Amino acid sequence: MKILTRSLIAASALAMVSAVPALAKTFVYCSEASPEGFDPAPYTAGGTFDASAHPIFNRLVQFKKGTTEVVPGLAESWEVSADGLEYTFKLRQGVKWHSNEKFTPSRDFNADDVIFSFDRQGNTGNPWNQYIAGITYEYYNSMEMPSLIKEVVKVDDHTVKFVLTRPEAPFLANIAMPFASIVSKEYADTLEAAGTKEDFNNLPIGTGPFKFVAYQKDAVIRYAKNADYWGEAPKIDDLIFAITPDAAVRLQKLKAGECHLMPYPAPADLEAIRADSTLKLDEQPGLNVAYLAYNTTVAPFDNPKVRKALNMAINKDAIIDAVFQGAGQAAKNPIPPTMWSYNDAVQDDAYDPEAAKAALEAEGVKDLSMKVWAMPVQRPYMPNARRTAELMQEDFAKIGVKVEIVSYEWGEYLKKSTEVGRDGAVILGWTGDNGDPDNFMGVLLSCAATGEGGANRAQWCNEDFSALLSKAKQTTDVAERTKLYEEAQMIFKDQAPWATIAHSTQFVPMSAKVSGFTMSPLGDFTFESVDIAE
Amino acid sequence: MIRFILGKLLYLVPTFIGITIIAFGFVRVLPGDPVLLMAGERGVSAERHAELAAQFGFDKPIWQQYLDFMGRLLQGDLGNSLVTKKPVLTEFLALFPATVELGLVAIIIATVIGVPVGVIAAIKRGSWFDQFSMTAALVGFSMPIFWWGLLLIILFSGILQWTPVSGRISLLYFFPQVTGFMLIDSLISGQKGAFTSALSHLILPSIVLATIPLAVIARQTRSAMLEVMGEDYVRTARAKGLPPSRVVGVHALRNAMIPVITTIGLQIGVLMAGAILTETIFSWPGIGKWMIDSISRRDYPVVQSGLLLIAGLVMMVNLIVDLTYGLINPRIRHK
Amino acid sequence: MSEQVVKLSDAAIRRRMLADFWFYFSQNRGAVAGLVVFILLVLIAVFAAVLAPHDPTAQYRDALLVPPVWQEGGRAEFLLGTDAVGRDMLSRLIYGAQYSLFIGIVVVSIALVGGIVVGLLAGFFGGWVDSVIMRVMDVILAFPSLLLALVLVAILGPGLTNAMIAIAIVYQPHFARLTRAAVMGEKAREYVTAARVAGAGNLRLMFRTILPNCLAPLIVQATLSFSSAVLDSAALGFLGMGAQPPASEWGTMLAEAREFILRAWWVVTFPGLAILISVLAINLMGDGLRDALDPKLKRS
Repeated sequence: MKILTRSLIAASALAMVSAVPALAKTFVYCSEASPEGFDPAPYTAGGTFDASAHPIFNRLVQFKKGTTEVVPGLAESWEVSADGLEYTFKLRQGVKWHSNEKFTPSRDFNADDVIFSFDRQGNTGNPWNQYIAGITYEYYNSMEMPSLIKEVVKVDDHTVKFVLTRPEAPFLANIAMPFASIVSKEYADTLEAAGTKEDFNNLPIGTGPFKFVAYQKDAVIRYAKNADYWGEAPKIDDLIFAITPDAAVRLQKLKAGECHLMPYPAPADLEAIRADSTLKLDEQPGLNVAYLAYNTTVAPFDNPKVRKALNMAINKDAIIDAVFQGAGQAAKNPIPPTMWSYNDAVQDDAYDPEAAKAALEAEGVKDLSMKVWAMPVQRPYMPNARRTAELMQEDFAKIGVKVEIVSYEWGEYLKKSTEVGRDGAVILGWTGDNGDPDNFMGVLLSCAATGEGGANRAQWCNEDFSALLSKAKQTTDVAERTKLYEEAQMIFKDQAPWATIAHSTQFVPMSAKVSGFTMSPLGDFTFESVDIAE
Repeated sequence: MIRFILGKLLYLVPTFIGITIIAFGFVRVLPGDPVLLMAGERGVSAERHAELAAQFGFDKPIWQQYLDFMGRLLQGDLGNSLVTKKPVLTEFLALFPATVELGLVAIIIATVIGVPVGVIAAIKRGSWFDQFSMTAALVGFSMPIFWWGLLLIILFSGILQWTPVSGRISLLYFFPQVTGFMLIDSLISGQKGAFTSALSHLILPSIVLATIPLAVIARQTRSAMLEVMGEDYVRTARAKGLPPSRVVGVHALRNAMIPVITTIGLQIGVLMAGAILTETIFSWPGIGKWMIDSISRRDYPVVQSGLLLIAGLVMMVNLIVDLTYGLINPRIRHK
Repeated sequence: MSEQVVKLSDAAIRRRMLADFWFYFSQNRGAVAGLVVFILLVLIAVFAAVLAPHDPTAQYRDALLVPPVWQEGGRAEFLLGTDAVGRDMLSRLIYGAQYSLFIGIVVVSIALVGGIVVGLLAGFFGGWVDSVIMRVMDVILAFPSLLLALVLVAILGPGLTNAMIAIAIVYQPHFARLTRAAVMGEKAREYVTAARVAGAGNLRLMFRTILPNCLAPLIVQATLSFSSAVLDSAALGFLGMGAQPPASEWGTMLAEAREFILRAWWVVTFPGLAILISVLAINLMGDGLRDALDPKLKRS
């Protein structure tokens, strides 16, 4: 800690120039959560990536700003072999690493750094695999990298080849994700020699647009512009994250001019934000879905017609008004409309209590009572599950179905909801990791994801649907994949394992002086292109 | 005297062991599983789950986990947070000064206002001041402070815009942390306006946190004063014709202070509980908020070691209060 | 014959004590005011179904966040306005009184009964029983009560019942300590020895002979705990660990209202005010009780 503070003084000499107006531009972001750490690989929270992977680091390939399209990052170009098993990346030259008190890089970014970045996550024999006791690489694992990557080969200092065990279309999108950030091997070696490995996570060194300056736990993170950045240099000189977990407080600070931009406003405040001329509000449909998953292995919910009847009884517009405060749109497909391959031809089960009642009677279902599970926490795709469940309870009562609302502690909820014999339908949702349709349908609805511990909470295993998905996963041609996914969505709607509820809209309120901010469909907050008017 | 202190310390040993058992045991029977929370909506396969559980040591029998925990504790190792992977003690020490600063300022406010109010109320018993201040004290004592904090935010930060909304100091000021106390560090830094900024950030949270202790101290001082003033030696002093100020100042006040000091010392538990709510409302980066967050994330090592550190702290302060009490009042020592 | 005489005078003494008690209690204006408010609260809770103009869970979807009637945009059918899903604030507050009283009664009952039993055992038997019990109580008291209650609720699962159990467990040591101290004081008195010589068993000695003579401090502590229970359960509700929505528990209502703090002051202000008023009333009563029961503090 001592040493940290000392390096702060040095850095602050630079940072404090910001007290002189017009010389330095300081941008303050009222972030929502504290970063778990600054090494992007071991963590999973979006807030951590906003503070580490995006400002400090780069990936081989990256998402183009404001899209989920994969574009060159630290790799200038790449080639894929005909069998889809070999990816060869040409690395960018002359990319400089950051420096700090303890470390001055002696060389530019090269192939060794790439190999180190992946090897330390996948190879338990690598001394940096456990550089902090108890560390795990959840994203690397859940994106199936251990079974997918056969080896990473250094062709020369500026060429790296990834050899895969099977053709995998989403691979490029996967390595554009934060966990695949490229870290410095030389920095790791320096720290190892100094015996302070944990600084790898506390005092990060990257190639990104901003250099890390200081972090005060649960309060503030400071960054300074990286003047040597290989891409377009940031327009602001200092970037500050003011950690403010409470949405109402964030808005207060934004209004008071204590910060320039904030994430996740409370839906209730949107109206006031729009009315305030000193603020502006960006909005964009989020890459997410909220759903009600029936247990398709339990009668009478094993009957698609019963499920469809229940779907017809749900008044989605009422939910979007009362729960999302209008900040959402009714969902008909398991993937959001901003994602490629979204099938707009799919017809939603229209709200019609009379027809729903008749359909239930036709299936001989009488005096049905069921449980609806409401999650205890707020998520980006679902502002208030309890309120949603209450609305559904009323809707279902109208067709003679009695609903009991149940809830558990969040961890317990996640676990119990995957039990095969679960009693009741579960409210849950999903936020996309990398913009690939497989990241929704494959993860949430494939046969492989059924069973206890899997994410397929409808326990819905449809052979045709799953076959389409695996075919799509092995095809690199996007047009062909699109067709396969569109067909899969038809099957999904016809079989109705879920009642699709809504796709929430993401809002970003900011000061009217801010320009150049682009919302990311993945929900990232990045600031290398923002500017503030004086 | 040394025997008295040693006896007290010895007496604390079984209590402390009890605390470790509770801290450890409670946390282990918490439902919910940190591995699952980390996996989130995605879920986690049975094999991977077993792998992770083994890595965290959750697969061993409970008693062995407890012994491991105690063993590490004796070496001063409180474990690593499951979420940030950093040592719990490091995290605790990074946040602790914020809570102490808030608590100290609150207790100073409570004492500086509470004691004089109590004394005056006792001297002027039955006066309008007595009635008004004791009514106010009772209102303060009955205050749901989480609501009180919200009201103050609405009024002072929202409508009047006199005080900043949250945080410890304006982001304009950036200086090294020497003591961890923002008020002191801002002075050391010598930056103009830094101290005022730190003070203005501290004012609402400390008022909220001081509310209940202030009420308790004022009430306690008043009743202690009343009791003492009824005692023989005060009556004697008064009968001897000593000026009232001397009677009150020397004889009554000094003796009344004993229970009052105890009361002030015992407020630390109240302060910790209050800190949980106050820090939550004002986004104050301290121990209380850290504990709440860790409980909801099922960060076992943080919750158990945090409980331990907090309980140990309360125990230490109680011990100090006990000892001071013994020093002031020799009769207790020999009991 | 002689027994008859004793009984009569017992009853007479009791009547006399009650009269005495009422005399001192009624002298304290605050206490009487507290009692009146408290009785009102009880009445509101009991007749909630009659008094409340609306069903506390009914959602009027055409009336989201309607302000109180005296403010612009207010509607006569919602005197204190509505919340975010269109539920009538007044009705929810009225039903909330049921929760608060219920919580207070349950918590105090559990803590009181548990504390008395444990305290009696410790005080009466002494020795290692006493040591073990009192160490356990020390351990519980070493944790800040709200923090311990939070962890307990996290273990048991969030919800009203569990919050009540948790708070009761946290309060119980206070009763145990008081009972124990009182028992230790009474144990050596002559009347106890007399009863023992007359052949009274341990149980009878504990509950019939000693306990009634230790009641005064317990009653005072019970009142104090009642108000603290209302406060702490509201705090747990506020932190999302107490009664769960859509229950109209006041703390839970506050937690739900937090996001509207800048937009709809009424959803934030009224539940807190309700908590403050009821806790204040009970505390006023408690002060009066203490003055009336504790001879030391009686007017000189």
